[in-house]
Amino acid sequence: MTGFGLYIHWPFCAAKCPYCDFNSHVRPVIDETGWCDAIRTEMAHVAALQGDARPVVETIFFGGGTPSLTHGVSIAKILEQARRLWPWANDVEITLEANPASADASRFADYRAAGINRISLGIQALNDADLKFLGRLHNLAEAKAALALAQKTFDRVSLDLIYARPNQSVAAWKNELAEALAFDTSHLSLYQLTIEEKTRFATLYREGKFAIPDEDLAAALYEATQEITAAAGLPAYEVSNHARPGEEARHNLLYWRYGAYAGFGPGAHGRLELGGKRFASACERVPERWRERVARDGHGFVEWNEIAPADAAREHLLMNLRLVEGLDLGDYEKRWGTAPSPARIADLTSSGLVAFDGTRLRVTPAGMLVLNAVIAALID
Amino acid sequence: MTDLAHIRNFSIVAHIDHGKSTLADRLIQFTGGLTTREMKDQVLDNMEIERERGITIKAQTVRLEYKAKNGETYTLNLMDTPGHVDFAYEVSRCLAACEGALLVVDASQGVEAQTLANVYQAIDMNLEIVPVLNKVDLPAAEPDRVKQQIEDVIGIDASDAIAISAKTGLNIEAVLEGVVTRLPAPKGKIGAPLKALLIDSWYDAYLGVVVLVRVIDGELNKGQKIRMMASGAAYQVERVGYFTPKQVLTDNLGPGEVGFITAQIKEVADTHIGDTITDDKKPADEALPGFKPAQQVVFCGLFPVDAAQFEDLRSALSRLHLNDASFTYEMETSAALGFGFRCGFLGLLHLEIIEERLEREFNLELIATAPSVIYRIHMTDGEVIELHNPADMPEVTKIEKIEEPWIRATVMVPDDYLGAVLKLCQDRRGEQIELTYAGNRAMVIYRLPLNEVVFDFYDRLKSVSRGYASFDYHLEGYHEGDLVKMSILVNEEPVDALSMIVNRQRAESRGRGMCEKLKDLIPRHLFKIPIQAAIGGKVIARETISALRKDVTAKCYGGDITRKRKLLDKQKEGKKKMRQFGKVDIPQEAFIAALKMDQD
Repeated sequence: MTGFGLYIHWPFCAAKCPYCDFNSHVRPVIDETGWCDAIRTEMAHVAALQGDARPVVETIFFGGGTPSLTHGVSIAKILEQARRLWPWANDVEITLEANPASADASRFADYRAAGINRISLGIQALNDADLKFLGRLHNLAEAKAALALAQKTFDRVSLDLIYARPNQSVAAWKNELAEALAFDTSHLSLYQLTIEEKTRFATLYREGKFAIPDEDLAAALYEATQEITAAAGLPAYEVSNHARPGEEARHNLLYWRYGAYAGFGPGAHGRLELGGKRFASACERVPERWRERVARDGHGFVEWNEIAPADAAREHLLMNLRLVEGLDLGDYEKRWGTAPSPARIADLTSSGLVAFDGTRLRVTPAGMLVLNAVIAALID
Repeated sequence: MTDLAHIRNFSIVAHIDHGKSTLADRLIQFTGGLTTREMKDQVLDNMEIERERGITIKAQTVRLEYKAKNGETYTLNLMDTPGHVDFAYEVSRCLAACEGALLVVDASQGVEAQTLANVYQAIDMNLEIVPVLNKVDLPAAEPDRVKQQIEDVIGIDASDAIAISAKTGLNIEAVLEGVVTRLPAPKGKIGAPLKALLIDSWYDAYLGVVVLVRVIDGELNKGQKIRMMASGAAYQVERVGYFTPKQVLTDNLGPGEVGFITAQIKEVADTHIGDTITDDKKPADEALPGFKPAQQVVFCGLFPVDAAQFEDLRSALSRLHLNDASFTYEMETSAALGFGFRCGFLGLLHLEIIEERLEREFNLELIATAPSVIYRIHMTDGEVIELHNPADMPEVTKIEKIEEPWIRATVMVPDDYLGAVLKLCQDRRGEQIELTYAGNRAMVIYRLPLNEVVFDFYDRLKSVSRGYASFDYHLEGYHEGDLVKMSILVNEEPVDALSMIVNRQRAESRGRGMCEKLKDLIPRHLFKIPIQAAIGGKVIARETISALRKDVTAKCYGGDITRKRKLLDKQKEGKKKMRQFGKVDIPQEAFIAALKMDQD
């Protein structure tokens, strides 16, 4: 199969960013040891479900929330549990998402000592005004310092930017992107700002407090991004992710290739293979309730269902087509017993939105811009 | 049996909202037909839809026992008639069963167009009219002005109009006295052969078909063998009775009396409003005058949104038809909409009512196509075809001429909105016949092609007059018109359900309007979609829906899969409410909304 990964969700943040709809919570005091122990308990639960057929761990990802609020010792304890429960591959990729604030950066060395070998820095913008608009607690100088430290500490560093911000012109973004490329990280995640429900931005946007680029401008910004990153040697390998060849985030590739992964911590999701069947897990989102459940049941799962092959097939398609490499249709059909209709593929091919070389179905750059509609057409 | 001198048969003529049903409620209450506990508002409007819309669709009668001031007890039969132009024939049969009518006018609003049509009909039928001013308790009431208006517009003496408030119960007794003293008693011969007017009929779950009758001559007895003179069918009378409004069974009904019978009649369709009921063995020499079979003037296609509901729609239509035989339906297939039914209605309101009842009482989701009138197509070979459906339009080269129905419309409108109303009528190819004033209200009479009225004339009229204009019409006849079939093409393919027959001069603006509407109604697709209006091969209007430019989720990781998949499933579910036409999905509301014009 396509490997096995672990996702650990640290649900706490120092402040809630106005654009973010992830499962994050602000708490005055965090009993770090207690939370770590609860995560370790939940890990043991999943390992027990897998019984003797425990897959080899290939990637681990600490996401959030803000996992860089934890100390190296907590990370070490969680990784130690992972070693105890599952066999490890030789080159396990272990990523941690970090905020580029100085307090977080001061722990980079500890993280490395604990086993982290890849860091993903949420810089988001390269000017102080926009950082403030995005509700970030760091300024540009801090971000640059954190980045330099990260690059000194870790072999693999990725940075995140949010673009298509209010009043952002294509020219301004091109400059900013060139600056970002000059940092010479091997990986970039470049997300267009979208207004998500139940965020502070959703309210402000509804009230007309700011506007975001219209479709045409958003498309132009996207196209410029593809061009510039490709020219710099970090072409897109997914809708919003760019890397030097070989430097792709292996953990995220696991999601997009619809591999198996276990999710631990409040609100985490998993997709597990057990006895030839595929299961979906989802944990309780509210941290305190999740912990109560773990204390009581040994896990915080509020959902644990077998996924019907037809549903799994749709999930696989919608994830995999995000990747530039596309999908091996033969393998896909062998795995799920279904495939998108040739007529639909032909239709979308003639519109220049997908390409099929007899083996792999790929979404073209033009198709990527309207991927949601392309997927809907293929699934229909 | 009541003696003729102590019977009064009357109906109430009023505009919607002028208080007809409330007055009926008060009369029932005053005479003790129902106790306070049994009273609910609009007692006589049984159907949910009647109560909600404040309109009467089915005729009802109620027998009231009233002890007058002269000490004698009278039997008063109140007939509640449908109040809408679509049911003009039903109204006329109701009026034919009466000797008098109460003309109820809102003392603040004055005479409206509908009132006018019905009151003229009543006058034409030699009914005695008693004017009643309702809502005199309201601060805006102007009884003197309205009295003057009744005299000016209708031409009857309104000096002794009875001022009431049906809502508060003010002067209700005066109305009852007026009925007794000012309306004539019915005439009729008890020894003559039976002659009874069939006023209305409906299906009752317990009794079967119930027939509402007014006996003119002779007697109608339980067990009697009767014959319907128009249909020729004979039946044995099972039950005889009347409503108080509760059902009361009796042995017979005599001349002047109003009541109901049941006679093991299978379907409402077997009874014809206006038919004459006579004795099978001793029939009357001639039937009562004025009988007409039901005539459908507006047609449209009804299709289930979910094709799987076709059989449900069929059974719903047949069940509704049990109760309302005045609409017709036959199966139809459309390339765009699949299987459905072509239905004929007495008018637009009738169409809306049936559609609404199908959706509400039978839980169906429907797509209604453009309402169409009946065109008379004269072919070059001399044949004359009646066209109900634009899809069936014959080849243009074989058509000599096309005739369309025209109506005579009466609009009453306050001065301020007259200009807008005249413009609307003019834009709809209207020809002005008359323009007169009564106080600050104008009465305009126009000749209009019915096909300009069936789409949204009434909505537009209400909107340009802010609801103050009232409207009534009757069919006048057929006239030749310069008519063409306009097709709508979506992505180069004609959508049959959107084609329509229009006047050539109006085609371009209608076509442009439809294309613009569809541009907003059809969601963007992955490719651009041309929308065209065409006559024959000639495109007269065009719009283009641009292709989707950007639609992609920026972030999608392990935790987002379930949500994304469910979103897709939901989209797919939503797509079921669309009709796929070629490669294009057209939402169901587009079929209706495309027809409504924002402005003329």
